[in-house]
Amino acid sequence: MKKRKLCIAVSGLNAIDSPGPGVAVIRGLREAESFDVRIIGLSYESLEPGIYMHDVVDKTYQIPYPNAGAETLLARLEYIHDIEKLDVIIPNFDAELYSFMKLEDTLKAMGINTFLPTMMQFEERHKVNLPEFGKKYDIKVPFSKSIFSTGEIYSLSNDFEFPMVIKGKYYDASIAYNLEQAKSYFNKISAKWGLPIVVQQFVHGTEYNITGLGDGKGNTIAAVPMRKQYITDKGKAWGGITIDDKRMIDLTHKFVSQTKWRGGFELELMKGQDNEFYLLEINPRMPAWIYLAVGVGQNIPEAMVNLAIGEEVIPYTDYEKGKMFIRYAWDMIVDINEFHEISTKGEL
Amino acid sequence: MEKLRYERPVIKKLETGMPNKFGLRTEYAPLTHIDGVSVKEMINEYGSPLFVISESTIRSTYKKAKKAFSTRYPKVQFAWSYKTNYISAVCNVFHQEGSWAEVVSGFEYEKALRNGVDGKKIIFNGPDKNQNDLKKAIENESLIHIDHLDELYTIIELTENTEKRAKVAIRINMDTGIYPMWDRFGFNYENGQAWDALNKIMRSSKLELMGLHCHIGTFMLTASAYAVAASKLADLAIGIEQKYNHSIKYIDLGGGFASKNTLKGAYLPGSDTNPSFDDFAEAITSTLLNANFRNNELPLLILETGRALIDDAGFLLGSVIANKRTSQGKRTTILDIGVNILFTAFWYDHKITPAQPFTHYTETTQLFGPLCMNIDVVRDNIDLPLLNKGDHLVVHQVGAYNMTQWMQFITLRPNVVMIDMDGKVHLIRENEKLENINSLERVPEYLKKFEL
Amino acid sequence: MKINKNIAISDSGFVFNPVNGESFSVNPIGAEIISLMKTGQAYDEIEQSLMNKYSVEITTFERDYFDFIGLLKQHNLIDTNEEA
Repeated sequence: MKKRKLCIAVSGLNAIDSPGPGVAVIRGLREAESFDVRIIGLSYESLEPGIYMHDVVDKTYQIPYPNAGAETLLARLEYIHDIEKLDVIIPNFDAELYSFMKLEDTLKAMGINTFLPTMMQFEERHKVNLPEFGKKYDIKVPFSKSIFSTGEIYSLSNDFEFPMVIKGKYYDASIAYNLEQAKSYFNKISAKWGLPIVVQQFVHGTEYNITGLGDGKGNTIAAVPMRKQYITDKGKAWGGITIDDKRMIDLTHKFVSQTKWRGGFELELMKGQDNEFYLLEINPRMPAWIYLAVGVGQNIPEAMVNLAIGEEVIPYTDYEKGKMFIRYAWDMIVDINEFHEISTKGEL
Repeated sequence: MEKLRYERPVIKKLETGMPNKFGLRTEYAPLTHIDGVSVKEMINEYGSPLFVISESTIRSTYKKAKKAFSTRYPKVQFAWSYKTNYISAVCNVFHQEGSWAEVVSGFEYEKALRNGVDGKKIIFNGPDKNQNDLKKAIENESLIHIDHLDELYTIIELTENTEKRAKVAIRINMDTGIYPMWDRFGFNYENGQAWDALNKIMRSSKLELMGLHCHIGTFMLTASAYAVAASKLADLAIGIEQKYNHSIKYIDLGGGFASKNTLKGAYLPGSDTNPSFDDFAEAITSTLLNANFRNNELPLLILETGRALIDDAGFLLGSVIANKRTSQGKRTTILDIGVNILFTAFWYDHKITPAQPFTHYTETTQLFGPLCMNIDVVRDNIDLPLLNKGDHLVVHQVGAYNMTQWMQFITLRPNVVMIDMDGKVHLIRENEKLENINSLERVPEYLKKFEL
Repeated sequence: MKINKNIAISDSGFVFNPVNGESFSVNPIGAEIISLMKTGQAYDEIEQSLMNKYSVEITTFERDYFDFIGLLKQHNLIDTNEEA
């Protein structure tokens, strides 16, 4: 039987040193057994490598930055949909999720499916709200506090011990070992991502990650835990290995069933010296290393698309343990005309 | 052959790290008409700059807010916050819709009376009410919201010489989990100041405790803080019932609802992220409905929201005075709109659109006002089409505070017009003339003559 | 005043300077001016042909033209050697 062909738009094509998940997600989609795909890339910057990888992305359109607002984004998506007839959109950046969630119903009415967290899930898991989140769902989180001015840093020494982690609302995190550093990171990060700044107690230990997919009804459709083996100076995994830790899987099931999480996610965990897992962050989307999950038997991008278009999906329960991913850099040779096309016309 | 429309030549370096706006046609849309009236014609007739108020926007925004609350709670009363915009025509639109008046000074109090508001329907807030103001308010049976103990004692004193009982409420400040905590106004909830004041009021036979009031902050971006405020006020009200067998008539949650403007430093536009009336209403009313008021007698819910009701209805029309470049080559444009009349430019990235159609080519521009001051910046960075001298622009969502906080600095304040429900334009505040300013001045005789 | 000879300009307004690898984007009228400059036309000739084509005051055009040339200079697209 001929597989049906879906037109799927994917963002996060920045397969660079601090990569977006787009290219890895697309690899999963291209290997899907239940459908064929035409891939539409959605890009923000004209040098996102995915734009030029023609065996990965069939056609790319630039879209406006999230700070232009949902209305502007919608106008652009209408234009793209008119030409491409999109079935599904998979947004992969934290900062753009808000706009896509806001447009979810409008897109649905246009015939475009998404599978995103609800606004409540999205807000609740936000760094700023992590302490309440931990309390509500009985999940251990490091002590943290949102602050609005450098003046507040001085009073932090009552509640915190150095080192502390200074985090931006959307991205960026730096470890501060003294007040001066804390102040300087506050200024740097707030200039870029606005207020508040989240100050989090630094937890000594080993970092673990787990990626998964929730169906929105409390069922865990997929869950693959991984330990980073090599971390770049930007804190990104360069290599990692799947592991077999029942406590991590249990924690994931608890997270999904309690929050009724809908969509892909990544949990960043720290195993402290007390041998307990602390939840550092919940990323409301698939991580850049998602292809590892595909490679060990859980095609999360495929399952997510099937959920988005309303297909029945059987949960994955197994995966190969002890499989590794090693990320590598690859220089493409690109004609300037291609750069020219995407730069001036916003399409390639 | 007819000549083509001209656009000035522009070249833009392609920054590889940045998306470029060429090719994306959706960044801005010109606003050529407001409520069907041409921007250009209004400027021709009333000059530039010009404030324009849309009556239909006021009424529809008010109805939306009213509906959000009254579909969730049986007794709701809005009071128009005069300080937000006290041009009489604007106030009266709100009064026609049913709003009482909320004032914070003797000046505003008089203004409300002259607009024809019944003294009983004026809420008198603020830390500065002098003896005369208070006397008038007691006589008119206005609702006096007490800010501090000195005011409370003054009122008690004043009531000794009148038959009338003063109708009072106290303003309460509290920790609602938001920053900064506004604790300079009113009496604190957590440390017992509020009970202290309430006890004094309840023991005086000449004061009638009508309600409880709070105003937790301004431009609130989270509705949940109002739920905390409502629950603390409800808690006090129930405590008064138990202690004094006295039911207060109303709970006043004040204002502070954010409008759809975008605060500087915010990443996403306010139109997407800021809470709606429904969000605020849900937080407040569900808390009050769940509180254990005696016999389920719910107090009247009063709201003094200003900004969120009027911001959208105000537009500021202006014109390009000149285009320049900085020493670094950055495009700057000087407008006839400055921070003297657009005070809110200090904290918002105002939405600004051209008033005539352009091509999709844009230039990143810094917008300056006409003042001879370095702080006179209307927008730091905005992508605008290639504007020419004399082209018109529209600043959106300027209805709140600009027409009360504007300065008469080196120039005169412009006309304000209102477009009525039928699209007819009315002048509602005339531009100032030199005589208006000079008529207030007195030059001593010996300074009248000089030789140069 | 001459535009650098080896500057490449495409129909869609993409300008590439092979000397330093920088790329630019220009609007149609900007592209027209650069193309005319490349053919060696002097300012007067360029002004004449554009004044015939577009509805614009001569003072406005002059001001915009020199502003534009200033930008070209700033971006090293004008051959300053020949000018001297």
